[in-house]
Amino acid sequence: MSIKVDKVTKTFGQFKALDEVSLDINTGELIALLGPSGSGKTTLLRIIAGLETAEAGEILFHGEDTKETKVKDRNVGFVFQHYALFRHMTVFENIAFGLRVKPKHLRPTDAQIKERVHELLRLVQLDWVANRYPAQLSGGQRQRIALARALAIEPRVLLLDEPFGSLDAQVRKELRQWLRRFHDDLHITTLFVTHDQEEALEVADKIVVMNKGKIEQVGSPQDVYHNPASVFVLNFLGNVNIFHARIEEEQGAAGKPRRMYVRPHQLTVSRFSLSADSVKAAITFINPAGSMVKIDAKSRQGEIFQVEVSQEEHAQLKLAKNDEVFLTPKKITYCEYDI
Amino acid sequence: MSTRTEPVWMRRLLIGAALTFLMLFLFLPLSAVFLNGLGKGIAVYFQALTEPNALAAIRLTVVTALIAVPLNLLFGIAASWAIAKFDFWGKDLLITLIDLPLSVSPVISGLIYILLFGAQGPFAPWLMEHGIKIIFAPPAIILATIFVTFPIVARELIPVMKAQGNDEEEAAMTLGASGFQTFWRVTLPNIKWGLLYGVILSNARAMGEFGAVSVVSGHIRGQTNTLPLHIEILYNEYNFTAAFAAASLLAMLAIVTLVLKSIIEFKYRAELRAAVKTENHK
Repeated sequence: MSIKVDKVTKTFGQFKALDEVSLDINTGELIALLGPSGSGKTTLLRIIAGLETAEAGEILFHGEDTKETKVKDRNVGFVFQHYALFRHMTVFENIAFGLRVKPKHLRPTDAQIKERVHELLRLVQLDWVANRYPAQLSGGQRQRIALARALAIEPRVLLLDEPFGSLDAQVRKELRQWLRRFHDDLHITTLFVTHDQEEALEVADKIVVMNKGKIEQVGSPQDVYHNPASVFVLNFLGNVNIFHARIEEEQGAAGKPRRMYVRPHQLTVSRFSLSADSVKAAITFINPAGSMVKIDAKSRQGEIFQVEVSQEEHAQLKLAKNDEVFLTPKKITYCEYDI
Repeated sequence: MSTRTEPVWMRRLLIGAALTFLMLFLFLPLSAVFLNGLGKGIAVYFQALTEPNALAAIRLTVVTALIAVPLNLLFGIAASWAIAKFDFWGKDLLITLIDLPLSVSPVISGLIYILLFGAQGPFAPWLMEHGIKIIFAPPAIILATIFVTFPIVARELIPVMKAQGNDEEEAAMTLGASGFQTFWRVTLPNIKWGLLYGVILSNARAMGEFGAVSVVSGHIRGQTNTLPLHIEILYNEYNFTAAFAAASLLAMLAIVTLVLKSIIEFKYRAELRAAVKTENHK
């Protein structure tokens, strides 16, 4: 189902959570609402679900205004950040809930409910916990049960609020990939809220970057990462080195100052100057833990550069603190806006 | 395992003091009630409880509780639901008002109804005209009892509901449940022990209430006497055996209440703990 968000505004007291936000979501997309806390991403998700009402603007499902549609009739699957499983019901009853509360003429028989619940449990690979209570499950299991429960009503759209927010790193990674595969199989329009840029870049088809109640940029992961539309997006999607030196020549309007930035992994570290672009800097910090070695280096002008090099390069160069090295950008990106 | 810092003699002294206190002020009077009631034999005891005035008092007490407790149940659920799950103007005032009956003397609670519905009250002419008797009749007793007991259920439920938050209700709604289905299938099961606890406490208070009821009852034997009032009359007439026999009924009610209360408290604590635990995950 396609969703159109049209100039939606929402305030909480003095705080403007959403400021004339507009967004188009196509059928079958997997979309990440990415932003820091307080950026309005969860509020937008809750307004789409009907759990909050917008002060101004419209939400259209498949071109139809939803203002008069109550939460219970919207047919959205909502997965809450803290799962919100019914604590007094077994896993089976949790998943069956949406089927049992259907009006009598639409309600499936007990046998059909049983079949459907087990089908969903198999889908989330937890068929063996049917008779347990939510308190007896791990965080990752609860998350998947919450998803199965939301799917039981065959929702037209799936909304997930920080779905991996309260899980530990290992489980997060697994569930992320699982959600991606799961979406590839079911193709249900899905929106998930996250403040983790890595998560958004890895899972989503399309990323909506939000800040202070407004949408900063909508685009594919490659798009928002490589062509950030604003300083905020640039900074939010990963560490960045901004060059304060300005080039006033060549390309385009002569004499016009150009701003540029380089991501940490786009800098080459060497013992000797490689080109005219190379900058001399002293290493102030090295963290070799992780897939990449993280280095901070300070130029003579006092600028701090964040650099990432591979473990192999690090071993080859035998870098140590206080070493003088040359940093050469592999790729410089020019910005159209002020940094 | 907590570390005990008090020396043995100190612990024994404290425990001994507590037990002595309990003996003097609880067990002794309680056994006195039963001993005095049964002092002239079991036949006299039962006769005191089955004479018409005693039966009328028991009946009125039970009827009062049967009306007051369900009403408080409804009110308690409605008020705590509103307070715990929604924000609205005047919420703090409502919380204060709910506590009012606990902070005023029961005598005042009774007097309010005398002033409202009594011979000098604003409703007196209308009530006279229609031949409705409230004061010195069962309706006033029931009203006073409702007033005195109405905070009890709400006070038990508000903390439980607050701790549990709104998430499960919201989840139920997104799954297609109506307001009533959400309440019946999600909210109610989550608060059932707290609710039962409140009902038992409010029943004990409804059956045992003396002050407020005494003011509005008029003490008409066989008509407007509840059990506590009946006991007082018997006692004032030096009919100690009958007074204590009737008192033993209330004492038994208290014991049953205590037993039920501890059973429910045990379950209820687990419920509260679960609520707080999920809360801490946030």
